[in-house]
Amino acid sequence: MNVDVSSGQKSPYLQIENLWKSFGDFVALKNITMNVQEGELLCFLGPSGCGKTTLLRAIAGLELQSSGTIEQAGIDVSNLPPSERDFGIVFQSYALFPNLTIFRNIAYGLENVGRSKNEIKDRVSELLELVGLSEQGEKYPAQLSGGQQQRIALARAIATSPGLLLLDEPLSALDAQVRVHLRHELKQLQHKLGITTVMVTHDQEEALSMADRIVIMRDGMIEQIGTPIDIYKNPKTLFVAGFIGEMNKIVATVGSENSFKIGNLSLECAPHNYAIDAEVVATIRPEDIIPHGSGARSPGAADTITNPRISFEAEIVDMEFLGAFWRAELSGDNLSGQILSINLSINAVRRMSLNIGSNLQLELPPENIRLYPTNFELLERE
Amino acid sequence: MVNTLTPPAATIKPKLGKDDWIQRAFMFVIALYLFVALALPLYAMLSKAFSIYNFDLTKYEVQISQKDGSYPNPAINLNELNNDIGLYSETDLISDANGRLRIAKLFTDFSFRSTVKYKFRALNDETSYLVASELKSGNQWVELDSNTFRRLVLRPHSGRGFDNFTSYFSRPALTQSIKNSLWIAVVSTIITVTLAFWFAYALARSKMRFKGVFRMIATLPILVPSLLPGIALIYLFGNQGLLKSFLLGETIYGPIGIVIGSVFFTFPHAMIIISTALALSDARLFEASSSLKASPWKTFWTVTIPGARYGLFSAAFVVFNLVITDFGLPKVIGGQYNMLAVDIYKQVIGQQNFEMGAVVSVILLVPALLAFAIDRRVQKKQVALLSARSVIFEPKPNRFYDRIFFAYSTLVSIFIVAIIGVCQLAALVKFWPYDMSLSLIHYNFEIMDGGGWSSYQNSIILAILTAIIGTVIVFMGAYVVEKIKGFQTGRALFQMLAMLPMAVPGMVLGLAYIFFFNNPDNPFNFIYGTMIILVVSTVTHFYTVSHLTAVTALKQMDIEFEAVSSSLKQPFYKLVKNVTIPVSMPAILNISIYLFVNAMTTVSAVVFLYSTDTALASVAVLNMDDAGDIAPAAAMGMLIFYTNAGARILHTIVSTQILKRSEKWRRTE
Repeated sequence: MNVDVSSGQKSPYLQIENLWKSFGDFVALKNITMNVQEGELLCFLGPSGCGKTTLLRAIAGLELQSSGTIEQAGIDVSNLPPSERDFGIVFQSYALFPNLTIFRNIAYGLENVGRSKNEIKDRVSELLELVGLSEQGEKYPAQLSGGQQQRIALARAIATSPGLLLLDEPLSALDAQVRVHLRHELKQLQHKLGITTVMVTHDQEEALSMADRIVIMRDGMIEQIGTPIDIYKNPKTLFVAGFIGEMNKIVATVGSENSFKIGNLSLECAPHNYAIDAEVVATIRPEDIIPHGSGARSPGAADTITNPRISFEAEIVDMEFLGAFWRAELSGDNLSGQILSINLSINAVRRMSLNIGSNLQLELPPENIRLYPTNFELLERE
Repeated sequence: MVNTLTPPAATIKPKLGKDDWIQRAFMFVIALYLFVALALPLYAMLSKAFSIYNFDLTKYEVQISQKDGSYPNPAINLNELNNDIGLYSETDLISDANGRLRIAKLFTDFSFRSTVKYKFRALNDETSYLVASELKSGNQWVELDSNTFRRLVLRPHSGRGFDNFTSYFSRPALTQSIKNSLWIAVVSTIITVTLAFWFAYALARSKMRFKGVFRMIATLPILVPSLLPGIALIYLFGNQGLLKSFLLGETIYGPIGIVIGSVFFTFPHAMIIISTALALSDARLFEASSSLKASPWKTFWTVTIPGARYGLFSAAFVVFNLVITDFGLPKVIGGQYNMLAVDIYKQVIGQQNFEMGAVVSVILLVPALLAFAIDRRVQKKQVALLSARSVIFEPKPNRFYDRIFFAYSTLVSIFIVAIIGVCQLAALVKFWPYDMSLSLIHYNFEIMDGGGWSSYQNSIILAILTAIIGTVIVFMGAYVVEKIKGFQTGRALFQMLAMLPMAVPGMVLGLAYIFFFNNPDNPFNFIYGTMIILVVSTVTHFYTVSHLTAVTALKQMDIEFEAVSSSLKQPFYKLVKNVTIPVSMPAILNISIYLFVNAMTTVSAVVFLYSTDTALASVAVLNMDDAGDIAPAAAMGMLIFYTNAGARILHTIVSTQILKRSEKWRRTE
């Protein structure tokens, strides 16, 4: 991440304050306050129905909020129709005009604004070159591949050089491979143009790899705003912890100010403020759990458990081959029957001859364990 | 904590852009159209059906002088007076809007030469009466001499009530029509749907040859007025019919003729609906069935019929509705067998009894509305079936079944072609069946009742205007329903109004137009008796199907086009002009040909609305038949057929051209 954006340095490009939106009895957005810095790529991420698309449409003026204000470049645009706001938009469907050529699709917003024919032609050629489709101007959208259509939609959206680019699930209609490729391209293009961009996605990988900052949403509210690393490392809520990446969730009780208990097993964790004996959910990512035993590390590497209070033994109950590594599920008396997932390198599995039924010594580094208040609704959902 | 959050009251008022204002104007125009052309006339008709007129004697008082002009006796109420002498019974006092009651009759010793004077007054200001054609009202005493008192008449008091319906149901000659109409509609529906199902089945599930020809022939009846098969049947089985003996003594003038003719003109509608339903069924189900070793018979009952059942229901309701509301056919061949739609015509045109016409209309509305409502529910379920992705069924050849289906389809096609052929023949022979030499004398429309060649010209003008104006209005209306944001309630109401014409029989609409537009107080009164009212009534009569076609086409368009266009700061009409209309062009052409063909053939709504200057070909067929000029009626009917066939061919050519030109950008999947 090359941009370090911390709020407060300069006044933000887009400022949203106390935004509410109801559809009849259903409240889609609940008191949203946030901002977008100039030039950054911000992602709205969340499960379907969390309100991320509604928020994007409210910014565009396509959906009028029930209350609250939206300020763009210092101007209050709260009640303006879309045509009087300054943005370009790319939809999931691309919404390319099927009966117009690629050239005319891109030129659509350039017409009737006092540009000469030649100016329009030059601008369209420039844009086609920018998205790498110079030779395709005379074709129709249906004659292009999905990825090409997506780039045309992008070219059309930025043709008029808007101050803000809105992307509504721009990659989700594409094949997995094309998606990964375009993800990278889109990010580069955005960086090159320096255009402030807000993107909606339900794909966490997409958000982690593209965004400067991510806004995690759930049930119409913001759960957390932060850089991808920040959100991955320090999820503020159990929801975020579970939503981004893989996460083990173990129901536990608080032992002391720096330990917790799973049944009779007591494990260390970073100091916290929970009351002793309070019920909590302890979380740790599979890749943060360290396996021990002869062959668990590269040959020659030391394999010592520094602190017995962070280690215990469990039995492998299931193994899944994921290509680059194995994902193993462990359980046993120490875990009171709960399941813990860990990542194992292919070499370790081979060297230790691990199989379903094998026992394995595990180390849970205290700095990677986080405790959250129990939320059964969230636990049950999975 | 989360759940305690409650949203504050909405505070944001949108600023309206230029597009919003234009769209609102749009909506206003279309809403106004549907109100003036549909809602208000129907309201006028309903209120007519429930309007009653009677003379309310309790509202008047009279005081009689002695011969010397003094008034020693108190005033008497007219009602008491009538009760005393028992002159008028309650039914005597029922009237219509133009009724008048001379009150001198209530005074047994009245003489206009007498010197007795009368003081007369109404008991309130709203009640009026006429003295020597001069309108008076109110409770001021008016003194009249005997000679003037003779010329005092009461005007009927208007009110609302069910009296018209009571009097309708007390006349068995009229109520018999309800039974007749239901009976004919049910029988025709069963026959048509059965025939059409097997025909559609043969087209969809067999490998018989000439499917294209069969499909084309099956849709021919749409191109002719519904009364044309009646004329053909008269030539075949009527009093001078060639095949009269085939009826074994039964007469074609009555239920038999109506049913056969109804089957003819409703066949294409049923066939098209069932074909669509059969085309939708999933080939994978048939594969599954045969892999489970089910017999073809079992597959038919467990896969084919359930898959097509919504189509069958829908076809049944559409046919039922067409038959029960049709007027032309029973008029031509019904003989003494009365049906509701014809009763409306007889009451209005024959007896000038508009209130009774309105009553029959309301009664005819009931089954039509019911059938319509059920059909809408069934159609909604059909849509749900449609959205599932299915594999198209590809029939395999089977020599035995293919031959049976071929024979069957040929029989049905012969029936259709024969009906049309007989009409053409009848139009060309000199004097059926005595002098079968060919001649063009029956095309000399000028000497016939019905408006002559100008009626044909008027029909063409009407069809073209209906096609153009109707398509514009329908498309604008569909755009409002489908693409304009906000106004949820308004748009839902609008959609309901747009669906209504399907349920309103043409006769009812026509009569409603008389009540509404013939009212001199109506600012739109000026269109009465002109071509405009014919165009408006025809567009409205055929609004629903056109509207659904347009809505379907618009639904297929990406819902974000408007958003993209406005984000690019382009006005919405640029989008409509450059994208929406070109992309919807096939649907637009389909709507215009549908309106054209129906404007050429329709009789029911316009029969009440044409004037001598705007006589129409389809009405001329009816009137010439009525006057006994059946051969010229057949000739005019065939003229309509050829015109429609020509329009259809032109439509096909233009559509093909447009599709060819847009081949590049239309997905071929």
